[in-house]
Amino acid sequence: MLSKRIIACLDVRNGQVVKGVNFEGLRSAGDPAELARRYNAEGIDELVILDVTATLEARRALADTISRVARELFIPLAVGGGIRTEADAAAAVEAGADKVSLNTAALAEPALITTVAERYGSQAVLVAIDAKRETPAPPAKNGPNPQVVPREARQRGAREALLRRAPGRDRFSVYARSGQSASGRDAVDWAREAEDRGAGEILLTSIDRDGTKAGFDCAMTAAVSSAVSIPVIASGGAGGFDHFVDVFTTGRADAALAASIFHYAETSVRALKQHLREHGIPVRL
Amino acid sequence: MIALIDYKAGNLTSVKKALATIGADVFVPQSPGDLAEASGIIVPGVGHFGATRALDQSWIDAILARVGEGRPLFGICLGMQWLYEGSDEAPDCPGLGLFSGRCFRLGTVRLQPDRNIKVPHVGWNSLSIERRMSIVEGVQANAQVYFTHSYAAPRSGETVAITEHGGAFTAIVQRGQVAGVQFHPEKSGDVGLRILRNFLELVG
Repeated sequence: MLSKRIIACLDVRNGQVVKGVNFEGLRSAGDPAELARRYNAEGIDELVILDVTATLEARRALADTISRVARELFIPLAVGGGIRTEADAAAAVEAGADKVSLNTAALAEPALITTVAERYGSQAVLVAIDAKRETPAPPAKNGPNPQVVPREARQRGAREALLRRAPGRDRFSVYARSGQSASGRDAVDWAREAEDRGAGEILLTSIDRDGTKAGFDCAMTAAVSSAVSIPVIASGGAGGFDHFVDVFTTGRADAALAASIFHYAETSVRALKQHLREHGIPVRL
Repeated sequence: MIALIDYKAGNLTSVKKALATIGADVFVPQSPGDLAEASGIIVPGVGHFGATRALDQSWIDAILARVGEGRPLFGICLGMQWLYEGSDEAPDCPGLGLFSGRCFRLGTVRLQPDRNIKVPHVGWNSLSIERRMSIVEGVQANAQVYFTHSYAAPRSGETVAITEHGGAFTAIVQRGQVAGVQFHPEKSGDVGLRILRNFLELVG
C-alpha cells in the first residue's frame, strides 16, 4: 500500500534554515545539511528546500546549499524559491534537486510548468500554491474585482463557478510572491490547470495556518485533492500528531509537510509515524 | 566501467551520485561504439515511453551484443519498462523485448478502472518479494522504496517482487544478468543503495 509521506521543509535564507509565522518574522533554526542528515536518520520520506526570501529579493535558490544536502541523501529532494525560468529550474536540477517547486513564476507564466515538465518529466515539477480562505466579498464598484471567477473556471462550466461563488462556500484565493499579492485565482481551479499543464504534484500551503501550529486546513486540502489526480502535499499549520492524522483522513492529503515542529526537535519523525500507524495510516517505518 | 546511458529522459545527477557513493566506476557513452568498454550497462530514465525512441537500432544492437556476451544490464523506471516488449503509453514504439509482456497504465489492470488510486503513483510503497534472486540479496521482503510513474510492467514468471497500486505490477524483475526496477533505487535510501550494490556484484 502506498505510504502517506512525511516531508520536512527547510526554509533557507542565506544558507541557514529559518522559520517564520504567517510568512513573516524569520528566526534561525540551523544548518540545512545538518538538519537534513538528522531527518534522514529519523526516517523522513522527502525533503523540500525553499529559499524563502528568493522571490522577494530576486535571488535564486543557492546551488551550493542544494548540492551540500543532495550529496549525502538518497531520498527525494525538492527545491523552490526564486525559480523563475527554465534556466533556474535546470540549475536546481543540475545541483541535485529531483523536483523543482514553481510558485510565483508559474502564476505569472503558466507555460513554464509545461516547459520544465517537458524537459525533466512531470515527476520533477511541483507546483506550490499558497492560498488563503476568503469570505465572499461584494463586487467592487470601481476597478478590477479580485474575486472575479477566473477564465479557467468559466470554461469548466458556469454551474461549478456559481457554486464556488455561492455564499457560505469556502473559497481559497491563491497568493503570489510569498503570500504578498493576490493572484485573482482560485486554488482548486489553479491546481487543476497546473495538472493539465504538466505538474506532477501540488504543494498546497495555507497562509492562514502557516507557522501557527493550529492544524492543517483540511477543508482546503480536501477540496484540492479531490479535484486533481496528482498527489497533493498539505502544508501550513502542523502542530501535533493528530493534525497529521486529520490531514491524511478528512484532508485527503497524499503527503504532509512541516518545518518548525521538526526543526526545534519538538517532534521526532519516527514518533509521528508510529502515531500515524497506530491510527491506521500507512507509513514507511 | 559501467555505462550509464543518457537518452535525455530525465536527469542523471541522482543516479550518478548514488553510484559514486557505492564506489561504482561510471561513464556516459557518447555513441553505441563506446559500449564495447562497458562491463555493465544501466538504462535509467523517467517520463514518457516515447522517449526511448532515442535509443535507436544502433544502440539496441550494441546493448544486445553486450548482453549476448553476458554483461549485466540494469533498467531503472522507464529504463526497466523499455526491457519489455512495449507499452500502452506509446503503442507504436517497441521495447527491447528481453522480458515478455507489455507495460500498462496503472489502475487499468482490472476491467473497471480503479478510481480510488491516484495516477501517477508517487511515493514510498512496499515490495513483496516473490523470488529470492541476487538483485534482492539482503533486502527485507516488505521493504519500502520510492516510486514515481504512471505505467508499469505486468507480473510474469520473471518477476522478482511486486508492488500493489490499483493492482499488482512488477517492481523488480531479473533473469540471469538482466534486471530492472520500476522504482528509483537512487532515491530509496539504504534499500535502494543495497539493490544498486547487488547489481555491481553481478558486474563483478
